[in-house]
Amino acid sequence: MYEKLAKKARALSLISIYKAGSGHPGGTLSCIDVVTYLFQKEMNFDILNFDLKERDRFILSKGHCAPALYAIGAIVGIMEESRLNGLRKINHELQGHTCRTTTPWVEASTGSLAQGFSFAIGEAKGMKMQNIQNRIYVMVGDGELQEGQIWEGAMFAAHHKLDNLCAIIDYNKMQSDDLNENIMGLEPLADKWASFGWNVITINGHDFTEIESAFNIARSCQQKPTVIISNTIKGKGVSYMEGVPTWHGSAKLTVEDITKALSELDYSHNDILGVTNV
Amino acid sequence: MSNGPALLGSSGDSLRESFGMSLTKIASEYPDVVVLDADIAGGTGIHHFRKAFPDRFIQCGIAEQNMMSMAGGLAATGLVPVVTTFAVFMLRAIEQARLSISYADMNVKIVASHPGLDVGPDGASAQCLEDLACFRSIPNMTVISPCDPLEMEQATKAMLDYVGPVYMRTGRSDCKRILDHDYTFEIGKGKILRDGKDLTIVACGVEVSRALDAADLLAKNGVMARVVNMSTVKPIDRDLLIECAKVTGAFVTAEDHNIIGGLGGAVSECLAQFSPCPVEFIGVNDSFGESGEPDELAEKYGLTAGHISDAGKRVLLRKKDL
Repeated sequence: MYEKLAKKARALSLISIYKAGSGHPGGTLSCIDVVTYLFQKEMNFDILNFDLKERDRFILSKGHCAPALYAIGAIVGIMEESRLNGLRKINHELQGHTCRTTTPWVEASTGSLAQGFSFAIGEAKGMKMQNIQNRIYVMVGDGELQEGQIWEGAMFAAHHKLDNLCAIIDYNKMQSDDLNENIMGLEPLADKWASFGWNVITINGHDFTEIESAFNIARSCQQKPTVIISNTIKGKGVSYMEGVPTWHGSAKLTVEDITKALSELDYSHNDILGVTNV
Repeated sequence: MSNGPALLGSSGDSLRESFGMSLTKIASEYPDVVVLDADIAGGTGIHHFRKAFPDRFIQCGIAEQNMMSMAGGLAATGLVPVVTTFAVFMLRAIEQARLSISYADMNVKIVASHPGLDVGPDGASAQCLEDLACFRSIPNMTVISPCDPLEMEQATKAMLDYVGPVYMRTGRSDCKRILDHDYTFEIGKGKILRDGKDLTIVACGVEVSRALDAADLLAKNGVMARVVNMSTVKPIDRDLLIECAKVTGAFVTAEDHNIIGGLGGAVSECLAQFSPCPVEFIGVNDSFGESGEPDELAEKYGLTAGHISDAGKRVLLRKKDL
């Protein structure tokens, strides 16, 4: 079930990037399985009463992968699917990076790396101070871990025992210019987080059984925040994008690119037209 | 908690102490207010709040960037976070203030102590001369710089009553009480503290007291200077400035800040557009400060009543040449 929804999310996010004429397909595709699971199963929220303070929260700290979140939002019904046509376009709410004022359900304004992570920690602390028993999820990129602010936040969350917080690292091993290990290496990554006082779980971020298990463990962890190191493949689901750095950056998809991608995702070309104009 | 740290500098009638005491005094009426500190509560005046409301005090450690973005997240849970540290360290987290707070329209109050040469002996690294310019240029950010303890008390309440991001400057050194008890602070309103028809001195923060002294000096020479306390730097009180331009036709701005981009910039942007007239700028002339006592530094860097008075004479000559 999740595989099918994730395929649809991949297709919708790529269609929106294609129509926008720019966007970051690589990291969008790598994180989409976990984001799908979160919104489909893990998180507690009511679409008809989305403003409820006690709802679980999700923050996409790697804000350049906004198309993944927008596509999931459309699939679960938080947002109309036709809105995806407005991605990155003037006078439309779907900004290139998530924006809380134009699209309140995205929770945080992100796009400058590490800020969404700290924003989530602030939410986790604020909920605890008010004795609200919900959970805060935050997705961070691997290159993002090079920001010093991440480690400021990591120390704070552990010191304040924020066990209502679960971070997911979308570990696709590749950042804007090159592999992490060639830019500024992150390993030993699990040891780093463990030494900062976090509960660390390492999974294959494209395997829904492992994803489910990780979130269950995170939920039962007491007195510590959890980080899920989610090993993923950049561009996952589209053969010509997988592991190819070209597709990290703000890439323009040709009609041939999108047609080939959609056929691999079992999504017919007609469905591009099926998304009505806004 | 262990014994509170000793205060940095003197503990007298400073704007930082006034802020800390004022917030603590009214905090019971504002149960959603929480305070964030980066291990410097003894210096920002917020130690009063920490003592009275330990459960609403969040120690963030020496990690300002995380503190600033976290404040956005705390606001997203319905709390009203007040972020406190020195003004220079607010600059360290200005991009976090921009994205996580102002762009996201979060109801966060950023209260910065230790602005300007008023910091004194700590020297240039701690003397923030750029904050008004930097924070003023962030869309959606209100910028306030009260001038004495009475105004600080009123501004602290007004800041909490206002919904939206605010940057407020306090001050390190002892400062004079210059306002009457019937004074009322309003966000966005400048106040005429002394009337005059020849020129207008527009000041904020510690320079307001010096501006009043400058008006006395000018009066001895038969020059009647109007003194405006422009405690809201953004949004600037356009109506008042236009009215002052009509009545006096000449301006001196005075601030403990770089002359680039601060109060002088805000006043000039308004006047150039709506009522052009000559303006002289009192502030630090695009340099860093150094160690020394505040009054010594004011003398060396040109911020005293005498400097303001001299600028008044210069601007009058320019006015006559028009």
